[in-house]
Amino acid sequence: MTMENVSSVFAYAPAPESRAIADIAPSYGLFIDGEFVEAADGKVFKTVSPSTEEVLSEIAQAGSEDVDRAVKAARRAFEKWSALPGSERAKYLFRIARIIQERSRELAVLETLDNGKPIKETRDADLPLVAAHFFYYAGWADKLDHAGFGANPRPLGVAGQVIPWNFPLLMLAWKIAPALATGNTVVLKPAETTPLSALFFADICRQAGLPKGVVNILPGYGDAGAALIAHPDVNKVAFTGSTAVGKEIARTVAGTNKKVTLELGGKGANIVFDDAPIDQAVEGIVNGIFFNQGQVCCAGSRLLVQESIQDELLESLKRRLSTLRLGDPLDKNTDIGAINSEEQLTRITSLVEQGEAEGAERWSPACELPESGYWFAPTLFTNVTQAHRIARDEIFGPVLSVLTFRTPDEAVAKANNTPYGLSAGIWTEKGSRILAVANKLRAGVVWSNTFNKFDPTSPFGGYKESGFGREGGRHGLEAYLDV
Amino acid sequence: MSDARLSVFKTYKLYVGGKFPRSESGRVYEVTDSKGKWLANAPLSSRKDARDAVVAARKAFGGWSGATAYNRGQVLYRVAEMLEGRRDQFTREVADAEGLSKSKAAAVVDATIDRWVWYAGWTDKIAQVVGGGNPVAGPFFNLSSPEPTGVVAVLAPQESSFLGLVSVLAPVIATGNTAVVVASEKSPLPALSLAEVLATSDVPGGVVNVLSGRTAEIATPLAAHQDVNAIDLAGADEVLAKELEIAAADNLKRVVRPQPVDYAETPGIDRLTAFLETKTVWHPTGSLGASGSSY
Amino acid sequence: MPSSALTAAHPLKDVAASDSALRRFLHGLPGVDAVGLEGRAASLGTRSIKTTAKAYAIDLAISMVDLTTLEGADTPGKVRALGAKAVKPDPTDRTTPATAAVCVYPDMVAVAKEAVAGSGVKVASVATAFPAGRAALDVKLADVRDAVAAGADEIDMVIDRGAFLAGRYLKVYDEITAVKEACGTSARLKVIFETGELSTYDNIRRASWLGMLAGADFIKTSTGKVAVNATPANTLLMLEAVRDFRAETGIQVGVKPAGGIRTSKDAIKFLVLVNETAGADWLDNHWFRFGASSLLNDLLMQRQKLATGRYSGPDYVTVD
Repeated sequence: MTMENVSSVFAYAPAPESRAIADIAPSYGLFIDGEFVEAADGKVFKTVSPSTEEVLSEIAQAGSEDVDRAVKAARRAFEKWSALPGSERAKYLFRIARIIQERSRELAVLETLDNGKPIKETRDADLPLVAAHFFYYAGWADKLDHAGFGANPRPLGVAGQVIPWNFPLLMLAWKIAPALATGNTVVLKPAETTPLSALFFADICRQAGLPKGVVNILPGYGDAGAALIAHPDVNKVAFTGSTAVGKEIARTVAGTNKKVTLELGGKGANIVFDDAPIDQAVEGIVNGIFFNQGQVCCAGSRLLVQESIQDELLESLKRRLSTLRLGDPLDKNTDIGAINSEEQLTRITSLVEQGEAEGAERWSPACELPESGYWFAPTLFTNVTQAHRIARDEIFGPVLSVLTFRTPDEAVAKANNTPYGLSAGIWTEKGSRILAVANKLRAGVVWSNTFNKFDPTSPFGGYKESGFGREGGRHGLEAYLDV
Repeated sequence: MSDARLSVFKTYKLYVGGKFPRSESGRVYEVTDSKGKWLANAPLSSRKDARDAVVAARKAFGGWSGATAYNRGQVLYRVAEMLEGRRDQFTREVADAEGLSKSKAAAVVDATIDRWVWYAGWTDKIAQVVGGGNPVAGPFFNLSSPEPTGVVAVLAPQESSFLGLVSVLAPVIATGNTAVVVASEKSPLPALSLAEVLATSDVPGGVVNVLSGRTAEIATPLAAHQDVNAIDLAGADEVLAKELEIAAADNLKRVVRPQPVDYAETPGIDRLTAFLETKTVWHPTGSLGASGSSY
Repeated sequence: MPSSALTAAHPLKDVAASDSALRRFLHGLPGVDAVGLEGRAASLGTRSIKTTAKAYAIDLAISMVDLTTLEGADTPGKVRALGAKAVKPDPTDRTTPATAAVCVYPDMVAVAKEAVAGSGVKVASVATAFPAGRAALDVKLADVRDAVAAGADEIDMVIDRGAFLAGRYLKVYDEITAVKEACGTSARLKVIFETGELSTYDNIRRASWLGMLAGADFIKTSTGKVAVNATPANTLLMLEAVRDFRAETGIQVGVKPAGGIRTSKDAIKFLVLVNETAGADWLDNHWFRFGASSLLNDLLMQRQKLATGRYSGPDYVTVD
């Protein structure tokens, strides 16, 4: 299924990762109080592989009664867990980190099957970052006195966490690792399209001997998430997902004592100046918008290119897009996998159609899409202005809007001209310009001469409608401490 | 002279964009002391006054947030200097407003002046306390720095009309935010007088804007305003705070909920960090030459 | 085949009009971010080349080897053995392609020429006071003429790194054009930058353009005589340069990484770089070469493994 422009002289033979390593059971329960249990109302839902539409497993679907059960379990576990010496909590987290490393190939295959993203990414990005995140926060558990929040900072209690489908296990790690390190207990709801890796994580918790009730996993839909967030005995709410839902959550917790962190949408500007290292900028642009099929909140979805190099850059970019390999996500040479769900594909398609209708010029490399599954070809739009919806709305797909600017001032003004403020990129060989522009950008993460880099030590989170609070690093502890 | 000289009353005005306008609504309300004695008429601000104040605060944000931290520290210290010279006036106003004895009111004013000094010293230190380099696992320089959130609506505490006011205002502007302050509804006069001090203390116009009137009436449009980035609900009661927090969700304002605070105590850094965003900048480091890997 | 030199009318011809013009041009090329370049090379290094693709790549790699001996101890016997191996790399399997060339010192050209006669295997000779290049231009040119006269099909020259690092780009340019002239019409010119001594990626990009502007038929990473020779990153960078140069001028230039490429796995990674950077037009030994010696045996063992399904060993390939 590779694109036509890739050399037919040197055609790469299929190189599929074996899926046998991930042994998926025909059904899974909710993970409450250390046990897999059925939903109170017996409901189940199916999770499918987005690249084939094959049903992978049938999953118990949490309802509000289950939420209550899980929160109670987490509350019961809280007393002992929070009273454990930090050094003991640390060891549990170190164990989890190590088991994740041991099982990383299995988890990578599983994640690729359930999410649709290429094995190259789950193997080389998601899983190493997941293990690193647990390893990092493990080390904090017995050092909280020195974290800058005063002596003996206390945990909040039960954390209700709702995570998205784009980085299922990584988002789980971002939520659970700091929560446990600081002594909280957790009820986590994975996204309905990607419940499997969280359920495998439940098994890892059991292997690590984690006390019952410290981590509870509730697969389910938005209603379960809403019930979790609204539950009166939840002390901390952490959400990663859309800005619309984030606002709803902010309304829900209004007037309560719940501490909230929200990591929401974005419309990141990737600014390329005329003195940029062009070949690396092209890679950065590709990585910025096509990593994980563009289903990334911090994606560089708006390319702001200095008008004087627009033609040259676009030519290079198009040539590079023609080498992207789209297809079987389990193939080790696949660059572009499947869109996570039919719903998401519909949304991408609709926004792209609007882009065309509004007069922007659409381009994709010659690209044959598989017949089953949810697929969208890498797409770029030129002749885009700030007024176009594709320049303002988060598409959350492999779609790049190209805009131009003439001066650094204009670049910054356009970059900031959005209600979002999550990420931005700057490409220039001039050091002082990087610092000046980075200083003016209203975004929580600025990548200069690189893009989409993540690290557990590096705080991540947005300005404005991209949310509030930071995940990662010392900063990430604050969200789970009563400070 | 046997007969006392007829004193000159002060017309209390709003403080918006460095100017002292009356409320555009033309309305005023009576401000009394703790025993119900008339003290003055204060402007009764309208939604439009709130809107104008937000515009002024936004306009001032670029310059103030871009000023050096050292400069902001000097300006805040200047406020303390100016207040010191008007200590007696504020002692009288606070005594009237809060029903305190002269000596207790003087102690409040002293504490308030000292609070400006405390925050003046913070401007160029907070970044070192809450920011810093992150040791990422790769050939990248990675630095997190705090930056001001933007325009902050501040509902000043209702009871502590001066010390409480400064305790919530100073941390907002110390870090480079600009503020729209809603003064204590019952006791707005110290806040309105503070504006006169700010105007003569090198605080650029628009950095602090002071409105008086009905807290609920002014706060509602501020909480819903799409160009306000954050709101401190110190001066809202439980019911109003919830309404405002719901309205604030529309553009995901950072919200500080009302909580019991002893303003006489030395503050922590909570109110400084509440209106700071963390920006993390990555840059490749690489090796010195092509002959060795960057990794 | 496109002409390997810019015509006098080409706009880029002007950039070598003076030292300062050349300097302005070379320093006006886009910069290279080292981390990004190495990251891209590493990412392409994760391509998984299996079964039919691997078989294709191994044969292609064998056909691209410039089988090299550049020792003080080289003798006619050694060179003859090398020539025989180049022509028939695997005597047990006649389907094995010949290598592209043998690469020897000028005084061994005649011997090598005889050893590969009639096979289509080229004889390449290092020249210009290889490897240091520290000799007068006359001496270097005499070295080249000697090799060409002995029948060399290809000349691998070294640039004057000292002049390059001192910023005397026009001196380097003039030397290359002089050597190119000495090659005449019969020999193709490979220009060696010794990337390990140029040190920075920006320098490697500038040297690439400098070499191509001066008429190089090939640009080549290194001599194999310094600590750091061909790397995926510097070869990727040179592949970008030849790609961009062709887009700009219509002239296609070849690339030769040399030194340090010892395993089939490495060679295949380089072929992936070629495939996904310069493109299929360079997947031919007219446009891409490996300067190597021990690489060939590893390619042969891998080839045997693919053919028989079992791992081969060093006793099943020849040690020449």
